[in-house]
Amino acid sequence: MSAKKNTLDSNKWIDKYADYLYNYSISRVNNSDLAKDLVQETFFAGLKSASNFEGRATERTWLVSILKRKIIDHYRKINSAKGQAEVRMNFYENGENEGSWLEERVPQSWDNSVEKKLENTELKSQLEICMDRLPEKYAMVFKMKTIQEFETAEICKELDITASNLWVILHRARVQLRKCMEDNWFNN
Amino acid sequence: MFKRFKLSCDEATAICDKSQYGEASMKELIPLKLHLIRCKICAMYTKQNTILSFFYSGYAKSCKEVKHCFSLEEKEALKVVLLKHKEL
Repeated sequence: MSAKKNTLDSNKWIDKYADYLYNYSISRVNNSDLAKDLVQETFFAGLKSASNFEGRATERTWLVSILKRKIIDHYRKINSAKGQAEVRMNFYENGENEGSWLEERVPQSWDNSVEKKLENTELKSQLEICMDRLPEKYAMVFKMKTIQEFETAEICKELDITASNLWVILHRARVQLRKCMEDNWFNN
Repeated sequence: MFKRFKLSCDEATAICDKSQYGEASMKELIPLKLHLIRCKICAMYTKQNTILSFFYSGYAKSCKEVKHCFSLEEKEALKVVLLKHKEL
């Protein structure tokens, strides 16, 4: 007995999958307009390659796999020297102090009412402001790992990066976020 | 022998970040603990990092409750665009 084959019905794609794909996309690209564009491109690509659909996966799984490729293509495009240059280093890079804190970027003491501040509704928007200041790729990797709580292996596979590359990105993102929160929240 | 355990502040904070996700190995954690004993700046970074992780996890919880949707108008417009694309 053969398994039932899935079929495509592109007339129902938008009603059935647009919101699901949008949520999937926005959690990875951190930009609602871009996320919507990627969903639209996914539907176009789906129409174009509908003849290649073998019916083994569900319609939704098949569309998600197309969207994943679109997201990876997007990040490959922005994974340029520009992204690297945006990082302000926090440590000496040469000489006998290599790897030590730069004086002007040494962490400052925070005031003791940190726990009270957690109640503050402005905290969420400040965290968002600081995340938005990160280079796009850093923000995406940080959100996937920290906010969306994806497994390391899954992020590496989706973004085609190594685990050590991921930890370097996360480290740089967190160091920058810490500094941003220190300047704009704790010591403001 | 102790050279093996020596870390720069950059390396120590990188391991500290990794440990926030529970993914630092013992081989990384031992030199980190030794580094934190003698480096007050990194010890402070670690303490603050833990506070921030607490904030991030609260933020993550609140984000998961938010559902993003296309508006009805956007869906209708998308249907028109898709139909046109189909006819090409």
